Formats: sequence, structure tokens, C-alpha cells
Amino acid sequence: MFQIRIHGRGGQGVVSGAELLSVAAFLDGRHAQAFPSFGSERMGAPVMAFCRIDDKEIRLREPVLTPDALIIQDPTLLHQVELFNGVPKRAYILVNSTKSLDELGLGGFARGIQQYRLCTVAATELAMKHVKRAVPNVPLLGAFAAITGAITLPSLLAAIREKFSPAIAENNVRAATEAFDAAGKAREAVDA
Amino acid sequence: MLKQAEGSHAVAEAIALCRPQVICAYPITPQTHIVEGLGEMVKAGELDCEFINVESEFAALSVAIGASATGARTYTATSSQGLLFMAEAVYNAAGLGLPIVMTIGNRAIGAPINIWNDHSDSMSMRDAGWIQLYAETNQEALDLHIQAFALAEELSCPVMVCMDGFILTHAYDRVDVPSQEQVDAFLPPYEPRQVLDPSDPVSIGAMVGPEAFTEVRYLSHHKQLRALTVIPRLAAAFTSQFGRDSGGLLRTYRTDDAETIVVALGSVNGTIQEVVDEMRQDGARIGSVSLCAFRPFPLATLREALKDAKRVVVLEKCLAVGLGGIVSDGVRKSLSGIVLNGYTVIAGLGGRAITRASLRRLFEDAGRDELEQVTFLDLNADVISHELEREGKQRRTGPTAEAILRRIGTVASRIG
Repeated sequence: MFQIRIHGRGGQGVVSGAELLSVAAFLDGRHAQAFPSFGSERMGAPVMAFCRIDDKEIRLREPVLTPDALIIQDPTLLHQVELFNGVPKRAYILVNSTKSLDELGLGGFARGIQQYRLCTVAATELAMKHVKRAVPNVPLLGAFAAITGAITLPSLLAAIREKFSPAIAENNVRAATEAFDAAGKAREAVDA
Repeated sequence: MLKQAEGSHAVAEAIALCRPQVICAYPITPQTHIVEGLGEMVKAGELDCEFINVESEFAALSVAIGASATGARTYTATSSQGLLFMAEAVYNAAGLGLPIVMTIGNRAIGAPINIWNDHSDSMSMRDAGWIQLYAETNQEALDLHIQAFALAEELSCPVMVCMDGFILTHAYDRVDVPSQEQVDAFLPPYEPRQVLDPSDPVSIGAMVGPEAFTEVRYLSHHKQLRALTVIPRLAAAFTSQFGRDSGGLLRTYRTDDAETIVVALGSVNGTIQEVVDEMRQDGARIGSVSLCAFRPFPLATLREALKDAKRVVVLEKCLAVGLGGIVSDGVRKSLSGIVLNGYTVIAGLGGRAITRASLRRLFEDAGRDELEQVTFLDLNADVISHELEREGKQRRTGPTAEAILRRIGTVASRIG
């Protein structure tokens, strides 16, 4: 089972991001379960959503406590929320930021005993470029597909087209694809 | 057709496939997405039905009662305080024998106000005369609604389908949505026992005095006892029509040689089964029972499932304040004359996560018979003792909930 925890703020599409992940995994022929952190979704407030992907039916209903991947949609949460709770060694961590890991103060996590496979994605910038709104969820999912391989890009794009109206979907498809390509190039560095 | 869908939407699709003629809608979290989904289908012309936006939950069920009395297949949904607000009508629907189907998106009851999941709402109406079915998964929630109309209409008895708020209603899962032809083959058109019809007038809702009230009530009870046979028959018919198991009175999981058996309702059974598997691997003889039917309560079937165990742990998402468990009462009744250790565990109140780690510790304690009669899972003992100490020291302690929140501090930063 592959477990993902998405952190962000209300209005950034955290819950939609988890749903899209689950639809993409479903389209890949896998079982998936996505659910929000239940209710406290207000604009700007810290929000969490979860996704599990497996090859068999998922019975577990607890929150994702030991994520294989963490998606951080808002880097200002780094200092407010216990984001790294339960995150095991070698987990994938994607941070929405234009800064480097060291500038974010995260370099140590990558080099230290955690050996986190960290990657920054300029997701808000990609969203502004293609979608004209600061909604970083879709570009982060594109990067997630490239970095983890837990979902495929074609299924992610299909999930986007299922969720959004045609015009908005195509903008998001472009954002996801550019993030996927950029992250793919960075993947070797992350895996190293 | 297999699809990845939100639980609420899957249920809305199931309801639409049942061809309801009247839907009464009033929003309350976490049920709202279901009636919203149905409203969208009606607006888009995909579902031909009378969709009535009412002014309150009391009106929702009152309109449903009127609609059902005219012979219409009728549906509504609610949660929490909404169910309490319609309480009088809940009893009336059952007392009149009107086969309304209502979804409960299970949510706690205030005060303190809480929008998250537990079973306090539906449990508060457990003796109103409705059949109550609890879904373990979104697939089962979808399937139970199809069975619920068949069950309600065969018996002329309203049915609540209870699904855990957020945990199921807001979860995206893989579901198999049947075709219209399949549902039509399973669910015949509604043939009412009683109809308000101007061309053949009757009155429904007579005042009944002591001369007949007991008999009317006895017949309600008798109807529920008949449901103990009808529910498994419909579940079997469902399996042959749709090719999967859903519903029934209860389901056992690895109970054959189990010394410890856990009994629970709803979605927590999935997590319990994961823990049962873990502990079985380590040699523990443990199993579980998922109770699908809570009203009628399947005393005999449950007794058969539990009779050879050494101990039974009833895990409940509700609390009878001043007593302990609600489900436990029925479980004990089913075990009359059988000597074993029985434990009640109150868990998941107001949406508190029920984790594998906590369940494993709990079941291991149970296995050593080191549990109290009533245990509150993951109770924060520090908060309790601090609050009790404060109350002991001063009179004007102020509101309890606010004091506890101040002590706990911000919760937005927490994961579990």
C-alpha cells in the first residue's frame, strides 16, 4: 500500500488533489481511497487530505499516519504544522516553492538520517502560468507522478479531464504536464 | 459500472436507480452532498421525480410522510441535530407504517457542537420503529439503499441506512454502480398497503386509545421480527442479482476458533479487520462481527456467532451517558445464559480517529482480560484529571468545553 498525505490551506485544492490522485490510481486499475481531514476546511486554515493506493481493496479507515509521500502545498506550513509526524525514512516529500531545499531549511532532512527524497516544485507559478489562479494542487500531482511513479501521467490527465470543465481541464493538463516534465528531470537527483 | 466516486455521490446514484417519486431535501453536514447530487440529477432531467426543498428537517420528514401516504416512493436524508429536529415525525412515519427510506450521514450530537462522525444521532432514534442498517463501506452503502426500498416496501416500515459521516460520505472509493435494468429486476414498483386517494377515501392517522394502542405497537414489533427473515432473504437475492455480498443481519470475520470477538457497526469494521489479521499472524485467536442490522437486533444470529468465544469486546461510536454502551445492551441480551467476559469500548466520539495502534493495544488488553467494563479509547487522562481537579478547587469554573480547548491548545497542527 502506498499512502499519501497532502498538507495545504483551505482554498488551495487540497481535498480535490487527494480525490484526483485516487481517480488517477483507479484509472491505472488500482484500488484507491481518498478522504479529507474532515470538516475544518476554511479559507486559509491548515487542511489535510489523504490518499491510499493499493492492489487490493482498502479496508483501513484511519488517517494516514505514516505517509510514503508528503505533498506540501504551502511552505508557510513548515513552521506551523507538525508536517513530518510519522513520516518514515526515504519518504518522498514534495514542497511547493521556488526556493532551494537549503533556503527552506530542509536540506538537512535530505542529507540526514531521514534520507527524505525531497523535491521542490514551483507549483503556484505553474498554476498562475497555465490556470491563472494560485491553485498549486494539480502541478504538484504532475510532479508527484514523475517523482514517485505511484500514478501514471496519462491517468492523471484523464482524471483532470473527468473533474474539470473542458477549458479549465486543458489548462490544468498543461500545468500538470510541465510539472511532470520538470520533476522528471529532477528525479535522478532526488533518487540519488 | 466500476467507478471512483465520493460515497455521497455513489449513494445519490443508487437512490436515483431506485426511481424515487418524491425527495425532500434539507441540507446538513455531512449528508448534504447526497441530496445535492440528487438535486443535480433532477435538474438535468436524468431523474424524473418531485424534488422538494423544504424549510427544515421537521418539514422534510413531514412532507415525506405525506408523500409516502399518497403511495409515492419517498426518500430523504439527514444527520445529527437534523434527525433530532425531525424526531416527532420519525416516530410518526414508523407508527403509520410508511416505507420511507432515509439516509443518516452519521454525526455527533451537540453540545458541544461537533460536525464529525459518531453514531449518537441514529442511536437516539433506535426505538422509533424504523429498521436501521449500518454500512461498512461505500459499496455497501450504495447496495443497502437498493435493498432498503425493497425491505421497507415489503414490510411497510421505514428504513434508515446509516453511513459514517465524512469517513464514508466524503471518501472517494471504488464502487460498482449497477445498471438500471439490474435495479429494476431487483426492486419492483411500489405497491402500497394504504393510499390516500380522493377516489377511494381513507383516513390515515387515527387517534387510538388504550383499547388498541398495545396491539398497534405489538404489530410494529412483529414487523421488525419478520424483518429478521426478510433482511437475509433480500441480501441473498441481492447477491444473486448483483454478484456481490452486501447487507444481511451481520457478517463474521475470522470468528471460527476465536477466543476474542470484537463487535462493531459501520466503517470501523475495516480497520478492525486489519488489526485482526495482524494479530492472527502473531497467533492471537481473534475475530470480529460487523453488525449491519441494528434494528431489528439479530439476537439469535449474534448469539450463534459469539457463543463459543471467551470474551466479547463491543466497540461503540456512541455513549449511553450514565450507563456505558448502547450496542452492548443488545449484545449482552443475545448472550443470555452464556458466561463470558464482556467489555464495552466507547471509541471515535465526535470524529476521533480510531487507529490500528490503539485498537491493537485495546484488543491485547482484552485478550489478557485487563479491560475495565467500560473503556473510553484514547481518553486523554491528563485533560480529565486537570479538569476534575480544577472543578474541585473552585466553584466558578466556567464552561467545560472552552476550558478543555484552552488546555489542549491549537489542534490544526496535529495529524491524527
